[in-house]
Amino acid sequence: MKLKYFVACTVAAQTLTLGAAIAQTPLTIWYHGAGNEVESALINQIVADFNASQSDWSVSLESFPQGAYNDSVVAAALAGNLPDILDVDGPVMPNWAWAGYMQPLPLDEAVIADFLPGTKGYWDGQLYSIGLWDAAVALVTRQSTLDALDLRTPTLAEPWSGDEFMAALDAAKVSGDWEYAFDPGMAWTGEWYPYAFSPFLQSFGGDIVDRSTYQSADGVLNGDAAVAFGEWWQSLFTGGYAPGTSQDPAARDNGFIEGRYAFSWNGNWAALNALNSFDDTLFLPAPDFGNGPKIGAASWQFGVSGTSEHPDGAAAFIEFALQDEYLAAFSNGIGLIPATASAAAMTENYAEGGAMAVFFALSEAQALVRPVTPGYVVQAKVFEKALADIANGADVVDTLDAAVDEIDADIARNSGYGH
Amino acid sequence: MAAISPENHGLRLAVRYAVLVLIAIIFVFPLVFMVMSSLKPDQQLLADTSSLRAFLPVGDVSLNNYTKAFQRAPIGLFVLNSVLVTGLTVVLCLLICSMAGFAFVYLNWRGRDLILSVVLATLIVPFETIAIPLLLLVSKLPWIGWEGITIGWLNSYRVQIIPWIADALTIFLFVQYFKGLPRELIEAARVEGATWFQIYWRVVMPLSGPVLATAAILKFLVMYNQYLWPLIVVQQEQYRPVMVGLQYFFQLNIAWGEVMAYLTMITVPVLAFYLALQRAFIASIASTGVKG
Repeated sequence: MKLKYFVACTVAAQTLTLGAAIAQTPLTIWYHGAGNEVESALINQIVADFNASQSDWSVSLESFPQGAYNDSVVAAALAGNLPDILDVDGPVMPNWAWAGYMQPLPLDEAVIADFLPGTKGYWDGQLYSIGLWDAAVALVTRQSTLDALDLRTPTLAEPWSGDEFMAALDAAKVSGDWEYAFDPGMAWTGEWYPYAFSPFLQSFGGDIVDRSTYQSADGVLNGDAAVAFGEWWQSLFTGGYAPGTSQDPAARDNGFIEGRYAFSWNGNWAALNALNSFDDTLFLPAPDFGNGPKIGAASWQFGVSGTSEHPDGAAAFIEFALQDEYLAAFSNGIGLIPATASAAAMTENYAEGGAMAVFFALSEAQALVRPVTPGYVVQAKVFEKALADIANGADVVDTLDAAVDEIDADIARNSGYGH
Repeated sequence: MAAISPENHGLRLAVRYAVLVLIAIIFVFPLVFMVMSSLKPDQQLLADTSSLRAFLPVGDVSLNNYTKAFQRAPIGLFVLNSVLVTGLTVVLCLLICSMAGFAFVYLNWRGRDLILSVVLATLIVPFETIAIPLLLLVSKLPWIGWEGITIGWLNSYRVQIIPWIADALTIFLFVQYFKGLPRELIEAARVEGATWFQIYWRVVMPLSGPVLATAAILKFLVMYNQYLWPLIVVQQEQYRPVMVGLQYFFQLNIAWGEVMAYLTMITVPVLAFYLALQRAFIASIASTGVKG
C-alpha cells in the first residue's frame, strides 16, 4: 500500500513539474554587457524578475563583451543560431532588419508613446527595436572658463551660433591657459566619429546621405553646406584649436579634467567624471551652424531576432523591461539618459534640478538619429575616414567627392538597400 | 688584412654585446611595461607613459588591478578553456601531422606528390577567406555525444579543436625534417620485419624531438592566440578562450590597469610553455641550419 502511495505521489509530482516545464516556453536573450559588472547585474535582475512574474516564458541570458557582440550576432545569423531577443545598437538596427536578422517588434505603440525619439528604432515604417535609454553629447566646460573668457552661457533656447563658438575657441586659444581650446575626441575612433561629428555637418545643412531617398550622398555630403563644414572642420586642426587624429587616448579620457582643454565634446557617460572633478562643470548645448543645433541619438535597444518562433514572448519580455523602475536603475547604474521623463524623475542625476538633467533636455530638443538605412554601417566608416583625412590636411572637396562615390557605389551594389 | 689584436677583439665583443642588449631591450621592454603597468592605478599608469617611470615599479604600486580583473571576468575559466583547447589541439596536431609527414616521405602511393602540393598550396589561403564557409559547415555537422546524435558543433570545445588539428605548415615541417633522417634506419627496420606503424612510432618519432618541439610551439601560439574563430563559433561564456575574454575589459571607459593585469596573467602560460621547450626549439633551428 505504501509503495502504491509513493508511486502515485511520484507520478503526480512529475506530472506537475513536467506541466510547469511545458508551460514555460524557453526564450534566449543576447546582451552586450559582459565585463560591465553594473550592467550585467541590472540585466540579470530584469531577467530574474520577468521569469518570476509570469509562468508563460522562461528567459535565459547570454552576455557578450561589447567589442565582440556585433560580429558574434552576424556569425550566428549566418549559422542560423540567433537567440529570440537581440540587443542592437540603434544605427545598426536597419541593417539587421534588412538582412533578416530581426523581425518587427509586436509592441503596442501606446507603451512607448512617452519615450525619447532616439530610443525608438523604426525601419520600413515598422517598429523593430526600443531602448531603455539614450545617450547625448554636450559641450563640456566650466563656469570659471566662461567667466575668465568673458563668454555668455549658451542655453537650449539660445545656443551659441557657429561664430560665437569660434569666438569662444579664439578667446581660449589666445589666453594660452590651455593646451588646446577644444577637444572633439579624435582619439575615439569608430562609431564616435559619425555619432559625434555628423551632427556638426547636419547643423551646417549637409548630411551623410540624402534622407529623402537614401539612394545617394551626392549633394548632401559634397554640396556647398558640406564643403563649408569640411573647411570649418579642417580649420579646427590647422588653426591649432584642437588635437588631431594622433591624440593620445589617455589625453582624451583625462585631458579635460587635467585642465588641458577649455571645451570638450563629450557624452553623458563621461559626465560624472567631470562633475566629480569640478564643482562648476557645465554641459552646454551644441552650437548652431545655421541649420539648427544638432546632437546624435540612439543607443542600444532591444528587438526580436528574425528566427525567433516566439515574437510574442520576446515582446512580453521587452515590454516588461520598459518599466520606469528599470529605466531609472540603468540610468543610476551606468549614467545613461532614461527613456522617459517619468523615469528621469526617479533618478539621481536626471531628475529636475539633477546634475545631468540637461542631457535629457538636450536629447529632447537637439537629437537627430543617424541615417535610418541598412547602408549606414558602410556610410559610417566612409564618413569616419573622410573626416580623419580632412583633419589630417586632405583636400576638402576631393575627399568629400570620393566619400560620395564610395557611398553611392555601395548603395548601388546593394540594389538600393530596400528603400 | 689587419691582425686581430686583443684590443680589437675586446672592442668587437663590446659592440656585439651592446647591439644584443639593445635588441633584447626592444623585445623585453613591452613585457616590462605590461607588468609594471598592471601594478599601477590608471591615472598614474597614463601619466607615467611619457617617462621611464613606465618601466619601473614606482608610485602607488599594488595588486588592485588583479583583484578587479578577477571581478570583471571569469579569468580562470578563460585560461582553463584556452589551455584545454590549445593542449588537445597541439597533441592531436603533432600526432596527425607527423603521420601525414611520414606518409608523404616514406610511403609510396599514387598521387603522393600531387596531394602534397595541394596541401602546401593551402598555406597561401588566409583563414579569413574560409572562416564563413567553415562556420556554415560546422554549424551543420552531426555529433554523437551523451545526448545522442545532435546537429551542429557550435558552442563546444570540439568546434575549437577539430578544424585546427591538421595544418599545412606543421605537415611541411615534418616532411622537411623526415627527409633529413637517414634512410638506412628505415630500410634496416623494414628488413627486420617492422610494420610501417612500428617504424613511425619506434624509429622516426624518437628521433624527432626538435621538430616536435618546433611544431608544438608554433601550434601553441596559433591556438592560444585564437580570436576570430572562437568569436564566431562560441556564443556561450563557458567555452570562451582568453583572447575573446580580453574584450571584457574594453568598456566605454577602458580600465588600462586591469587590461595590463589580464594580459600579464594570460601571458604566463605562453612563457611557461616556451621556456619548457626552448632548448629543443633552438636545437631544431640549429639542426635545420647545419643540415646537409
